[in-house]
Parts: sequence; C-alpha cells; structure tokens
Amino acid sequence: MAGADERMLLTTPFHSRVAAACETNCWGNWKGYTTPNSYIDVELEYFAIRSTTGVFDLSPMGKYRVTGPDAEAYLNRLITRDVSKIREKRVGYTVWCDDEGQVLDDGTIFHLGPNDYRICAYARAIDWLLWSAEGFDVCVEEETQNVAALAVQGPTSCAALMAMGLSGLDALKPFGIEYFDFEGEQLMVSRTGFTGDLGYELWIAPEKAEDLWDRLFAAGAPHIIKPFGMEALEMARIETGFIQAGVDFIPAEETIRQGRSRSPFELGLDWLVDLNKPVFNGRKALLDEKSRGSRYRFAILDVAGNKPANNSFILKNGKQVGVVTSAAWCPTAKTNVALAQLEMPHGAIGEELVAEIYYQRELHWTKVNAPCKVLESPVFDPPRRRQTPALPY
Amino acid sequence: MKKYDAIVIGAGHNGLTNGAYLAKAGLDVAVLERNSYIGGATVSRELYEGWTYSNCSYVCSLLRPELVRDLELPRHGLQVVPYGGGVTFMRNGDYYGNFYDHERQYREMARHSKRDANAYERYTADVMKQTRLIRPFLLKTPPDPTSLKLRDLKDLMEYGKSFMDLGEAGLIDALKFWTKSVGDFLDEYFESDVIKAHLGGTGVIGTALGVYSPGTAYVLLHHYMGDVDGNVGSWGFARGGMGSVAEALAKSFQGFGGEIICDADVDQIIVRNGKARGVALKNGTELYADTVVSNLDPKRTFLDVMDEKDLPGEVIKKAQNFKIRGSSGKLNIALDGLPSFTGLDQGSPLMLGDYHFSDSLPRIERAYDDWKDGTWSKDPYVDVLIPTQTDPTMAPPGKHMMTVFVQYCPPKVHGNDWTAEDKAGFEKSVIDQIAAHSPDFKDLILHCETRTPKEIEAEVGLTEGNIFQGELTFDQLLFNRPFPGYAQYRGPVKGMYMCGSGTHPGGGVMAAPGANAAREILRDLRKPNTVPEGYADD
Ligand SMILES: Cc1cc2nc3c(=O)[nH]c(=O)nc-3n(C[C@H](O)[C@H](O)[C@H](O)COP(=O)(O)OP(=O)(O)OC[C@H]3O[C@@H](n4cnc5c(N)ncnc54)[C@H](O)[C@@H]3O)c2cc1C
Repeated sequence: MAGADERMLLTTPFHSRVAAACETNCWGNWKGYTTPNSYIDVELEYFAIRSTTGVFDLSPMGKYRVTGPDAEAYLNRLITRDVSKIREKRVGYTVWCDDEGQVLDDGTIFHLGPNDYRICAYARAIDWLLWSAEGFDVCVEEETQNVAALAVQGPTSCAALMAMGLSGLDALKPFGIEYFDFEGEQLMVSRTGFTGDLGYELWIAPEKAEDLWDRLFAAGAPHIIKPFGMEALEMARIETGFIQAGVDFIPAEETIRQGRSRSPFELGLDWLVDLNKPVFNGRKALLDEKSRGSRYRFAILDVAGNKPANNSFILKNGKQVGVVTSAAWCPTAKTNVALAQLEMPHGAIGEELVAEIYYQRELHWTKVNAPCKVLESPVFDPPRRRQTPALPY
Repeated sequence: MKKYDAIVIGAGHNGLTNGAYLAKAGLDVAVLERNSYIGGATVSRELYEGWTYSNCSYVCSLLRPELVRDLELPRHGLQVVPYGGGVTFMRNGDYYGNFYDHERQYREMARHSKRDANAYERYTADVMKQTRLIRPFLLKTPPDPTSLKLRDLKDLMEYGKSFMDLGEAGLIDALKFWTKSVGDFLDEYFESDVIKAHLGGTGVIGTALGVYSPGTAYVLLHHYMGDVDGNVGSWGFARGGMGSVAEALAKSFQGFGGEIICDADVDQIIVRNGKARGVALKNGTELYADTVVSNLDPKRTFLDVMDEKDLPGEVIKKAQNFKIRGSSGKLNIALDGLPSFTGLDQGSPLMLGDYHFSDSLPRIERAYDDWKDGTWSKDPYVDVLIPTQTDPTMAPPGKHMMTVFVQYCPPKVHGNDWTAEDKAGFEKSVIDQIAAHSPDFKDLILHCETRTPKEIEAEVGLTEGNIFQGELTFDQLLFNRPFPGYAQYRGPVKGMYMCGSGTHPGGGVMAAPGANAAREILRDLRKPNTVPEGYADD
C-alpha cells in the first residue's frame, strides 16, 4: 500500500491558512496541488473580487526561471512577442507556439532584472523550454516549488496592500513590478492578474508565505479582504474575456486528433504575434496562415436571456458554425456571456448568431435558441483596472 | 415655453425608468423633480462627512434584471452585491442564524428544531411555487377583467393558465397565500418561535398590518419574488448606496437625450378640453407636453397635483379611499467601528446580513398593537444591516454605517403631529433595543438620522410615509392597483399616465411600474416598444 504522502496531492506554502479559511471544505486539483474550489460561497467570493479585495493562492502556477547572457535572445525565439519591448521590471502577456504555429500555452513573462526572466505557464513546460534552449547560453529551471504566490485582486486591493506597508504601490503601473522588503525577505509585487480588475500578484519565498498571508489579512480587514477559490476566478475571467488553457483551447502538445489545436490568430491573440521578428517558433506557419486565412475565429458573444450557453452549438441560419468553450452569467456586467470558437468567416464584430442552449430543471430538459451577437470588447473592463495612481476603492 | 413630447413628474427610480424608455423610443422627455436631488425613496446622501446613507430603501433584489441589462445600468455605474447571513437575537442570549450555505443552514435550524429544519425544504418549495406564479407578470400590464378587448382577454387567459398549471393543491395554496396572515401561514410549517419570527418579519415590512392580520402572507411573498443573479429570494446592496440605482438610471436616461430638471415642484397638471397639456410649477413656470406621467403615489397624483374639476368623481373617491397608511420609520447611523453582538463572533458570516431582535411572532404582533394605539412600537420589529462590511465605499476604512428599518411608526402620534420629544422617544426605543444585544453599540454612534413617517412624507413625498406608495393587499394588487379600471397606467384624462409604485406590480425598488407604463404610453403614441420582455422563469 502506498504511504499517505504518495496518495495525497501536494499542498502549497499557504496551506495551513487556506485550509483554516476554507469553510466549504470543497477542494480541487490544480496540477497536482490541492486547492479550494470555494471558501465560503462562490457568489460572495466573486463579489470580493469585484467590489472589495479577493485573495487567491497562485502557488501551483508553473514557474520557470530563465537566466544567462542569451536570455532575451532565447525568449525571442520562444515566444511570439518582441521580448525586447518588455523592459526591466515589466511583465508581458504572451503565447508560445510549436513549429506549426499552434499554441502550446499562454502565460506571462516577468522581466526581473538584467538577463533574468520568469515565465508563468498553465501547462507543464520544462521539456519544451529546454528543447528550445538548444544553442543558447541560458539556464532554464523550474521554480514552481521555490516561489509562493498570491493574487490580490479587486478595487480595494491597492489600499489593502498599502495598509500592509507597501508604500508607493499606488504609483505602480499595470504590468509593472516593484520590490519591497518583507521581514528581511524580498517581496516582489506585480500589477497583474487574471480577473480584469485592479489587482496585484505577490511573490515570496515559501518560508514567508504564512506570515505574508497573516499580515495581508490583518492589514486588509478594513478594506474587506476575502479569499476566493477556483470557481469564483472562473466567473471573473470569463466576464473579462480571458481565455483559459485546457478550456478554451487545448495546448498543442496535448492534442491527439488532427486539427484540434489552435493558432494565436484563431484565439483572438493577433496582437501578441510580432511577425516582424526574424525568427521565432512557428513564425513560418503563422506567416502562411496570415496569407492563407485562419480556420477559426475567437468571439465574445452577448447571449440573449439568462441561461448560460455552456457547451452550446452556435448556429447561423440553422447550420452549425461553432461551439461555446466557456459561458457564464456575469453578475457585475449583468450580461450573459459566451466565449466561442467560430468557423471562418463567421465571428465578425456585430454578427448575429444563435446559441443552441440546453438546460435542465428538475430532470426536465429544455432547448432554447437564444439570439446572440459578437461583441467588440469584453463586457467587464473598468477604468480602474488601468488607472494610475490606483484608486482606494 | 418649450414643448416636450413627454413630461414625467418625479425623479423617483420609476420616473427615471419611465423617462428612459420613452427617450429610448426617440421622444423628447423631461423628468421634473421637486427636490434638489433625484431618486425619491431610492437615494443616498452624505449627511455626516465621510458617510453615505441609503436614506430610505437600503437593500436591492426586486430590481428587474431585464431592465438593468437593457438600460446598461452596470456601464452607468450600478453594481448590486449580494450579502449572506442574517440573525435573530433571542431574549435568552441565544440566536437563530441564517447561513448562506444550505447545509449549515439546515444544521442551524435543527439546533432549534430538527423538524423545522426539514420542514424548511417544503416551505421553500412552496414559496418558490408561488413566486413562479407572480414573477412572469412583473413586466406585464395587468389585464382588465371587465374589458372585452382581445388583448385583455388573451392576457387573462395567460393568467388563468398559469394558475391552472399549479394543479388543484397549488391553487389552494395560492389562494391561501393571497389571503392569509403570515403568522397562520408559518404556523403550518414551523414550531420554533424564533424561526417563525425570523421568517415572518418580512410579512409586515412597510405594512400597517400585524403578523396575524390577513393579507400579510403576500407581503412576505413580495419580498421573495426578486433575485440577485438568478438566486430567487436573495438580496444585495447597491454598491455606493441605493442612490446609485437612481444615478445609473439617470445616466441611462440622459444617454438617450432625456433632461432632468431638479427643484421643479409641480403644482398642477394642466388639463385642457379633457386632455393633458403640461404642468404648472409652484414657481409659476409652465412646461408643456401632450403626455404627462405621474411618478407620485395615487393620492398625491389625484388629490394634489390634479384639479378635482378635471377628474371624474369616481376617481376622486377611489383616491380618497386608497389605503396608504404610514407604518415605518428609519434610522441611519454612522458608527466609529464595528459593533459586537452578544453571543456572536465578530467575524461570523451571519453578521453580513440582517439582524432582528423580535424572537416570536406575538412580540411582533404586540409591536403592531402600539401602532394601532397611535404610537411607535416600544419593542419594535427592526431590520438592521451594516452594509459597510460588504461595501467599502460608504464609510472610511474600518468605520461603519448601520441602516435600521423600523416597524411600526405612525404618521401621527395619537392623532397629533410629531414633536421633537416624540421623535427622540422613537429613536430611543430603537437604539435601546439594539444596545440590549450589543454592549458597545451606543458608544460607537457618531451621528444618527432619524426618520419618522413625517420626515419620509415631507422629504420623499410619500403620502403618510407609506414605503410602497400604497398597501400591498389583494384589493390593491394586479388589476386593482391603484384601483379597478385604472390598472393599465392610463389616467382618467387623455395623455395622463401613472408610473409609480402605486401601480402594478407595486412597491420596492423594482423599476417595473416605470417600464410597464412606458410600454403603454408608446402603444398609445403608436411608437415601437422599447421595453424588453421578461426572462422566462425557468
Ligand atoms: C424608509 C424606506 C425603506 C425602504 N426600503 C426598501 C428596500 O430596502 N428595498 C426596496 O426594494 N424597497 C424599499 N422601499 C420601497 C421603495 O424605496 C419605494 O417603493 C420606491 O423607491 C418608490 O419608487 P417610485 O419611483 O415609485 O416613487 P418615489 O421614490 O416615491 O418617487 C417619487 C418622486 O416624486 C417626487 N415628487 C413628489 N411630489 C412632487 C411634485 N409635486 N413635483 C415634482 N416631484 C415630486 C419625489 O420627490 C420623488 O423623488 C423603502 C421605502 C422607504 C420609504
């Protein structure tokens, strides 16, 4: 029989605090770590993100450190963006592709210092990262376990963190990085997040994780700070139109069937692809796609009625032209939103389509054909997300 | 003088909604408000520096989601945030808590009565059945049962069908609901006094009736029929205070080209040759429009801003007999910190919701006895919330705001006008009741706004301070609201309409009366309808 440790999922450096706060005792598995699906109530947690401050244990996020003289050149080869434009103490959202121009993952690149970067990724990536490093003078290491991380998100998040002693934080611009001293240890803070709101991510050595949690919650109390789990995060990210690897697309290396992967263009991420760069993984295929045309288009749909269009087929004149990958009723925008993959040429802004929605009430299934419309931008995108100096609430 | 296509009298949330839908259809609309600020009973004001009060209405659930979405109120700054919790403190030091989580709620109920905890499931299902009967008709004009018009007959059949769909047992339940007292109704399910008191209080909110008066079961239902994001029966706070509902409606209205004129106290609706022609303000100004809509309650509309000579005698009589008794008061309190409550942990999720101190229905009934005697309740039924535990915008960090809704408080004290002493006595009875369960409460009070029906009438213009613009009893609901023959938002004079809470589906921050009235007006003007249909309730 396997020992207890062999059977259990790993726990994060915040686990003692997370477990104490997790009243619902409802847990999930995030890349081998046990993480709360919810703490108290999904609705209330969601509203902590949107109205006060929500805190999310981000530690299981895959983290990779890239250092060495060729770090920038290596990353420029790896990702689709121009890395030289991500200046020091800045963060960039990006994707990286295989040689066929198919998205392996999306994530963020932190420019920590000279020749020093961190990649945060959804999928396990070390094999691809090392493979791409052939011929470059770089060191690539996984550091998922070495860094504890918290996302602190919501309109009062800046006030809460400043109350913890992070003075001057309000001046930090979106995607900026700042370093603070935390009990003699370095605390890195980036103005980043997955909620589409004002928010920060805190990065610290695992030994200091519990102290950080305690001090954050004590200082944040007057600003109404609450932990939130996976399910609340899911609502927030759909509302703000963020795609999720494994949900809205399948990382190319994980696909088995032909044609199931997607290019950045097909995920609405054209703006991340810099074809002016002379070489990067997938460039040739992406150039071809550019001239030949894409197979699919990503669309944010405003769906009539109040039934979330989960897993719906999208129809045009009765013919299936796409599928919904994520859907939710958005409690702040008060809109019924779906993220969809549509076959070209469908999905132009303003196009009117129909979502075939099936829902069940007391074992009775009903189908509705809900009119829907392709939106130009996400339904939730408040000015405070970008405003600098950040507002107190 | 400028001539508008339509004038709406009163910038209450229904007047603003009405204006928005008329303006959306392309009409040139002015909303006239007597006060220097908008909102009516949907208002937030800073009366103590750094604190925002929701001076009248304080929690949100009835506001129709279809209208919120259609008028893009979130884009105009409205956010409704649900709260969990709720607790009734008992004289013996214990309490009954209302947990957001179903299983915890079951355990807490079972602590008081295992049988009640189980019966609650039957109770919830029965209440939901009844809300399903009403909810589809909130965004519809009530049919006139005496009319032989095709449209009325069709609508009546629809009503009839949804009643028949309930089945025989359901039909009997429905009749019970519309006629019973909330006390009798709850007695059919529960044995625990405190559970009955906790659930039953909403049956008398804003109502000049006791928990054992017939008709109060419906008032409970009225409080259950709203929802926050599809969670039927749950309530939330409008971030920034209830005034942000009115502010967002105003922005939406102005976005459609509408004009809001404050400090415009309407003296009279001008009627010529049996047709509405505009309004005359108290300051002598006249403004013209062939469509004039009143957001005021039926008494003010017909007995105050209309000339009796312009009205059929029957309408004057009906307006005089309209039941609109004042029975509620309100305290808004700025607090220097979060008060503690005996027996409850400071961080308990129960604290996020509503607190009450009446632990049995007979206690609430006795509070009503005081009102009948012509005075405020010495041991009132109160609905207390501290929204600043959820909303960071209404007080400085770490400070708090408490809203206290008080049942019962009469429009006159023993038939006489309120004196300063009376008001102080009323305030004291409320504060003492809270302080009996919260040792540090009195020391934390920085400022208190006390409103008896007298202030509510004077400041909001609600006759007698009745919060719903008229009692929610069966004789004044649906096709009887405000009175038979006038339930379709049209007044007795051509071009004159009603859009306030005194019309179907009644009081509360719902915006449905305003929207429904707009649909009828646009119909008469042969303009395309701009009001969305209700969501199917499945
Ligand atoms: C103390 C209190 C607490 C309440 N609590 C809640 C709650 O928590 N939740 C809830 O959903 N509902 C609550 N209600 C009920 C709800 O607030 C009302 O039913 C609703 O706001 C009424 O809206 P309305 O637009 O129909 O009318 P009103 O808000 O009454 O608007 C009428 C408007 O007309 C103006 N006016 C009056 N006379 C004139 C004139 N001659 N000329 C020009 N303008 C004039 C008034 O100033 C006012 O702005 C409460 C009400 C009160 C009073």
